[in-house]
Amino acid sequence: MNERNGFEDRLRQARAREGLDKPPRGQGQLPQSPWGIGVRAGVEVFSALVVGIGLGFLLDRWLGTWPWLFLVFFVMGSAAGVMNVYRLFSPRKRPRAQ
Amino acid sequence: MAVEGKTIDALSQFELSPVLGIFGDAVSFSQSNLFMVVAVALTFYLMKATADRGELVPGRLQALGESAYEFVAGMVRDQVGDDGRKYFPFVFSVFMFVLFGNMLGMLPYAFTFTSHIMVTLTLALVVFVVVTGVALSIHGMHFFSYFFPEGAPKWLAPIIIPVEVISYFSRVVSLSVRLFANMVAGHVMLKVFATFVVLLGGLGAVGPFVAAMPLAVNIALVGFEFLVAFLQAYVFAILTSIYLHDAVHLH
Repeated sequence: MNERNGFEDRLRQARAREGLDKPPRGQGQLPQSPWGIGVRAGVEVFSALVVGIGLGFLLDRWLGTWPWLFLVFFVMGSAAGVMNVYRLFSPRKRPRAQ
Repeated sequence: MAVEGKTIDALSQFELSPVLGIFGDAVSFSQSNLFMVVAVALTFYLMKATADRGELVPGRLQALGESAYEFVAGMVRDQVGDDGRKYFPFVFSVFMFVLFGNMLGMLPYAFTFTSHIMVTLTLALVVFVVVTGVALSIHGMHFFSYFFPEGAPKWLAPIIIPVEVISYFSRVVSLSVRLFANMVAGHVMLKVFATFVVLLGGLGAVGPFVAAMPLAVNIALVGFEFLVAFLQAYVFAILTSIYLHDAVHLH
């Protein structure tokens, strides 16, 4: 039994070394078609902009500083949108260690 | 309904109206609410039928329930990890609710409650609040380090933190808008092409032949919409589990 486990271990290591196992999946298994990715990226940018603009607008109404905070948060929202898209494409850390 | 005075009226299908007579009028119980209740009842019935029989060789209903269970359980295990098992009931409820909402909308005369931004926004807010609550209860104040990646230069904090906070809040919007937009777009397209069939069909002798084209498009669209209905429920659930993974593990 013990020997058998050792064999499984060595087999797994060898397979990993040779790259035979499938690499850990990126974003789960979200749809990987070009259209799916494009629409996702669009939605990510859009939603970050909505949140940024909304926050800036509300803060301006509250503090009476129109339009300065709105402009600042608009830029912040765009940056957050770019970051969302970057996260979409950057490989995620492996969620599970077996 | 669709063709009144030879115009295309694709949006009236999303209008709410009270159902169940005087009771519905009194508490504004619309067909949207009715189909939410139907979705929950169907999920409950499916799970009860699955759990009650428990045969070794499952029948059709039991196989359906078991595959739904295993599908979501595998998804949560893959995404969140083994300690994510206690969040399975939440992800499963969300998945089944959205899935039945989308699928019931494909039946004739049915109402798609996921085609209202308020419904999807509420669902996304529930997910957001639960995920944030999980993160806070596990990590306490350490959770706020999520908004500032370690190793970044300190003087960048005034820029990075607001951007990260906006990015965190944008999950609510992206989660809700994605589901809502997909469902609305699909149902509008179905209605527009269905109206083309009726309008072109009335063109006299050539009518039926010309009308066959939008009819063919519509048949393809129905199949496509079933795909979208499932896919969007899947995306909603898998994003929920990805967020849960971030909440459990931070980074």
